[in-house]
Amino acid sequence: MPGLPSLRERGSRGEANMFIVNYIKDIYKGIRSLLVGMRRTGYYFTHHKEIITQEYPDNRDTLKMADRFKGEVVMPHDENNEHRCTGCTACELACPNGTIKVVTKFDITPEGKKKKAIDKLVYHLELCTMCNLCIIACPSDAIVMAQTFEHSVFDRAQLTKILNNPGSKIMEGVE
Amino acid sequence: MFRETEILQTASQVSSTGGDLEGAGDLVINVGPQHPATHGVLHLVITLNGETIKKVEPHLGYIHRSIEKMCESLTYRQFIYVTSRMDYLSAHMNNHACALCVEKGMQIEVPERAKVVRVIMDELTRIASHELWWGAMAMDVGAFTPFFHAFRERETINEIMEETCGARLTMNYYVPGGLMAELHPDFQKKVKSFITLFKSKIDEYDELVTGNIIFQNRMKGVGYLSAEDAVSFGCSGPTARGSGVSSDIRKLYPYAAYDQVQFDEVLENGCDSFARYMIRIREMKQSVRIIEQLIDNIPEGDFQAKTKAVLKLPKGEFYTRVETARGELGVYIVSEGGTTPYRIKFRSPGFSNLSALDQMARGSKLGDLVAMMGTLDLVIPDIDR
Ligand code: SF4
Ligand code: SF4
Repeated sequence: MPGLPSLRERGSRGEANMFIVNYIKDIYKGIRSLLVGMRRTGYYFTHHKEIITQEYPDNRDTLKMADRFKGEVVMPHDENNEHRCTGCTACELACPNGTIKVVTKFDITPEGKKKKAIDKLVYHLELCTMCNLCIIACPSDAIVMAQTFEHSVFDRAQLTKILNNPGSKIMEGVE
Repeated sequence: MFRETEILQTASQVSSTGGDLEGAGDLVINVGPQHPATHGVLHLVITLNGETIKKVEPHLGYIHRSIEKMCESLTYRQFIYVTSRMDYLSAHMNNHACALCVEKGMQIEVPERAKVVRVIMDELTRIASHELWWGAMAMDVGAFTPFFHAFRERETINEIMEETCGARLTMNYYVPGGLMAELHPDFQKKVKSFITLFKSKIDEYDELVTGNIIFQNRMKGVGYLSAEDAVSFGCSGPTARGSGVSSDIRKLYPYAAYDQVQFDEVLENGCDSFARYMIRIREMKQSVRIIEQLIDNIPEGDFQAKTKAVLKLPKGEFYTRVETARGELGVYIVSEGGTTPYRIKFRSPGFSNLSALDQMARGSKLGDLVAMMGTLDLVIPDIDR
């Protein structure tokens, strides 16, 4: 209890009585405040229906991440193994961490002209901070964020990925 | 080894400077940098006489990542995401300050929709930050249950953030000119159900901790920081307002949509740990009030202004500030007219607030120090950028 006056400081009998009354009041209030808190704890102890924790990894099969969750950058391909990437390097320029490297090559079109296309889109997952800047920079929506999050591997080299599938080519009509 | 010698030297300097610090029985101890009670890698060199604190000297640098220097090599679109890693509990507000500064320099007019959404996001982050602080604060003084209660509500906010921004902590949702993406269709519904949940739970906080006699005795009259000291140390945010210093940037220099909403600047005159505690509890209620006013009135329209592909700030100096959960965050950009800043300086609230710790702690007992640090709401990566 704060401010206990010593015996000598207490003057008259009245003051002493007041002091004792206040002292007991303080004790009462203190114990009451503890009981209020205990009641709340007790409530949750007896009402444990509201389960808020998730038992990962046991719930792996049913676990659904939010649609926009930024897990890793991927390049979607359609059933013909075609992607939308033109090799414009906008994503490479937008990335603050040098995570993406676009390696381009020149395809020969049926008309015999040279056309720029991607050879490889190298993505270093270990450098990526999931900032989404590459995705919004891409003019042809060729890359998206995947909702994966279990990225641990035994060897760091496995984190460097090539996003376009082998043998893939650009979709018809994407410029 | 080098570091240890350095610390020992400083410690001997501590006891050799200033007459009141000298004493045969003085003991110099290191708390941190790796210490569970400092909530991060804060290193304090404490001079003790028995159990009484004579001096507290914070040593910084343990997690210095030179964010300011890093920003100099990033473009005006890229540097914003790095600032989420300063005060990670106020990531949205940090991004907001940077976005505002670039917008000021480029004179970009932000759409109303983006302004309102930014305020809602900021206030949600503030509640989440104060929730975490409340749980950690109670843990600092020895109560473990509140931590789980706080995280229960905070989780709801994190889920809202995850749905709309795609991340739970380092969102990077603000871009110069507005927002990165449209709101999630469920956003309004989720926020409303959070507000209902929060209002039914906030009284529990008072029951569990605020009214508790042990907690009050450990808080009241401890860690005294007078209004004059708060001003002279440059404190801001709840730390300054706990000493009765009006310092709410949202009120004093309104930005985004803060001039359109009704809310009170929370002030307490206790100047002690308990006052700072009450400020944050009351601020959460004010944040809810702000969100309630805006959530049904988000204007339609674009979420992002049209901007050039490459942003170039005109030559000059630009300064903006926002109120984060910890106080005033200032962003100062010097531009030479190029695509990257010439110099960036962040005025972080935690740094100034920490400097007041020595003043608060002198003369009190070692056991109270952790509780005092708790009421400052220190986030070390914010102090040590
Ligand atoms: S998410 Fe960010 S860090 Fe990762 S590749 Fe894209 S731009 Fe680079
Ligand atoms: S992924 Fe998009 S931005 Fe990157 S090179 Fe391909 S088309 Fe360009």
